Amino acid sequence: MSGDWQSYVRRIEELAARSGLKFHPVDFEAVPDSFMMEIAVYGLPVRMPHWSFGVRYIYQLIQRHMGHSRLFEVVFPGNPGHAYLAESNGLAENILVTAHVLGHADFSRNNLLFRRCQEQVSERIVEHAANHARQISQAIEAHGAQRVEAALDAALALEQHIDVDQALRRPPYPEYAEPPKVLVDDVFRKRFAALEPAAGAAGTEIRKRAPVPPHPEHDLLWFVAHYAPEMESWERDIFLAVREESFYFYPVFATQIMNEGWASYWHARLLREADFVPQQAYVDAIKCHSDVVRPIAAEAQVSLNINPYHLGFAMWEKIIAGAGGLEAARRIMEQDDDFGFVRNHLTRELAEELGLFRYNARADGQVKVLELDLAGLHEAILGPKYNFGAPVVSAAHVRNDGTLELTHDSSVDGRGLDLERSRKVLDYLHRVWRRPIVLTTINQSGNTLELTAP
Amino acid sequence: MDEDSGKRDKPGGGKWYELFSRGARDWLRHDEKVREAVRANLPEIIAGGDVINESARTVRVPVRMLEHYHFRLRRPEEQQGAGQGKAKPGDVFADPSRDPSPGEKGAGGRDDGGVQLLLEFKVDDIVDWLWEEMQLPNLKARAGPSEESDWVREGWDRRGARSRLDRRRSFKELVKRRGTPGATPTFTDEDLRFRQLSRRKQPAVHAVVFFMLDVSGSMSDRDRKLAKTFFFWVVQGLRREYRSLETVFVAHTTEAWEFNEPDFFQVSGSGGTVASAGLLKVREIIDARYNPGRSNIYLFYASDGDNAVSDTAEARQALASITADTCYSGYVEVSSGVSRQLDTETGRLFAELHAAGCAADSYALNDFDDVWGAVKHFFTAHNQELPRS
Repeated sequence: MSGDWQSYVRRIEELAARSGLKFHPVDFEAVPDSFMMEIAVYGLPVRMPHWSFGVRYIYQLIQRHMGHSRLFEVVFPGNPGHAYLAESNGLAENILVTAHVLGHADFSRNNLLFRRCQEQVSERIVEHAANHARQISQAIEAHGAQRVEAALDAALALEQHIDVDQALRRPPYPEYAEPPKVLVDDVFRKRFAALEPAAGAAGTEIRKRAPVPPHPEHDLLWFVAHYAPEMESWERDIFLAVREESFYFYPVFATQIMNEGWASYWHARLLREADFVPQQAYVDAIKCHSDVVRPIAAEAQVSLNINPYHLGFAMWEKIIAGAGGLEAARRIMEQDDDFGFVRNHLTRELAEELGLFRYNARADGQVKVLELDLAGLHEAILGPKYNFGAPVVSAAHVRNDGTLELTHDSSVDGRGLDLERSRKVLDYLHRVWRRPIVLTTINQSGNTLELTAP
Repeated sequence: MDEDSGKRDKPGGGKWYELFSRGARDWLRHDEKVREAVRANLPEIIAGGDVINESARTVRVPVRMLEHYHFRLRRPEEQQGAGQGKAKPGDVFADPSRDPSPGEKGAGGRDDGGVQLLLEFKVDDIVDWLWEEMQLPNLKARAGPSEESDWVREGWDRRGARSRLDRRRSFKELVKRRGTPGATPTFTDEDLRFRQLSRRKQPAVHAVVFFMLDVSGSMSDRDRKLAKTFFFWVVQGLRREYRSLETVFVAHTTEAWEFNEPDFFQVSGSGGTVASAGLLKVREIIDARYNPGRSNIYLFYASDGDNAVSDTAEARQALASITADTCYSGYVEVSSGVSRQLDTETGRLFAELHAAGCAADSYALNDFDDVWGAVKHFFTAHNQELPRS
């Protein structure tokens, strides 16, 4: 890493603060490319061991060898934030990346969803994840690699199944059902109660146990951790560790377009305003910028994916150039997530300007471009992001013998589950739940179908 | 740069992540899991005739990467998506690249792109697993142990050939002498330890296997390949038992020839089948080179069983003379067509021997899936029938 770059960091930070960015301090660290790759694979600098990360690592290696995907930076929100920069970055790239990181830092400090999740998880997710990793290596020593792996297989398979609308540290369900409310505004009941007060009260004396769960529970990690009949405490801890990390990952996932767009907007703008950057570095950095936010690969005519950097960048430029200016943009940045952002601010004009389209892809690879229907386009972009990108599966009931009933809400998802994969997930889960599991979904023709484990 | 980024530094000066790759650790664990999976399905996998490498010390098994399963929606007939570029409504084209886009990270629900790994397994390991798995009895040697001497490692010395330097041991000596860790280590001649060898008598367990293959016109390529796969695993099984194992390859039609291994499996002949020709050739080789009292002799014969009827008496006689000297004789009937279940000329010959209580047996091998069945059959049967050992 070039030492020159460090002298720019302070100046870029000052410039960013002058431009209205409000961010916690960021620790920058230059690390080897191999470590950058691992951060991208694990999502966190230190994270629990699991073979599935090994699979991602192999794919990442293959991608890198094919020349795809170069990683310039990874940044972790917090106070202070941690930013890892690739050692192989040149000066120009590092200047750009520093500005980009500050854009992220501003976003993660001010965006509501980020703030809420950070309040829950604490602002030190990097340390927490490292603690989880240590806790899990201790579990491996105490209980053996195989048993820990079985618990991780199940917990990580359910990593998307959390309920971010609930608190990270939730109280358990009430043990007893609420007594039925006595309606007193009814004239008849009033008179009845007045007649014989004891009769009304006697009925509510017997307390009824509340069913578990009292309502369909979407937070499967939490539910299993607290209500599995025969799980050991260290297994519960593993589930809760995975859950905590998922709470951290959710805002990153649900604001990707906004967040990357915001950071890209700011690196471009700060770079334009940074008169202290030498001309050559500026030109190189701009080149790098246009690589990052370009919509489609240089040689291709069309792309069947939308580059979130590009889309977010273009949308923010449009919003800031609009009537509300930067102030309106900051308000949107604070309040929205990708769902609101895309639906409210991806206009028909912008979609046409950018050449966005909606398509149907057949299994044989044939792609047909559809009419531009704005609402449809929004849904096509947002579709993969609903419910943390996972089907809506909830715990519906625990039978007296400990059998867990899971239901898939196919009316929300529009179709049934992939049966083979779902069976495997049930197998994972059965190893920690240790009682039968039943999952209801629908098959191809829309009929109800039950999967069971074992 | 901030000061606290240094707090994770190791005393050695490098950062911890320069010394340790979690990705590689979890990758190894993945591969280990694949190996476990492969191991659980070994009999099916080794059945594939093409997994055997030419050098035959390793077996290559193509495997898919494991998937860590999540709940996913069923793949729809038609998938909706959003794209960007020069395209008008109504345009139809083929998916230009099924590669992931450069921006994509993590949680993608797409296919793995069909990456395959080619795992290499040591044949010895596989055989060990198989024997454990199948609980195959080990073969018992028949010929009494004679002695043979060999070099074995024994002890250390301060002097020796450089190639025998024991680095680990030498390093221990250095540490012992210096005592303090962290000090710059310098070796002196005093620290060096060399492995020593000494001569040891060891019981000689010697075996020779005759592989006899019918290469007459009626044997198809597939039949020969079946036989080859079977022979391969027989050699592996026997190698487990004998420190030195010799193989002799004999092919026959109406005549018989001895071949070296590579040529043996390439041979294709034409014409009729006269088993006695091959058997006499085997007899001749035994008499010329081996002492039945000192060697454990095995015979495995692969044929489609269509021996000339006129040859029956001669073949019976030759076979009887050979089985008298062998530990075991096996006949594997390879026929890709309709299985006649050993109801053939040759099949009957072996059945007679078997009935007479000789160490001989047969197996009808019709399919690659069954190769392991054949191996198992001979190795278990064999052990029960060694009253003479």
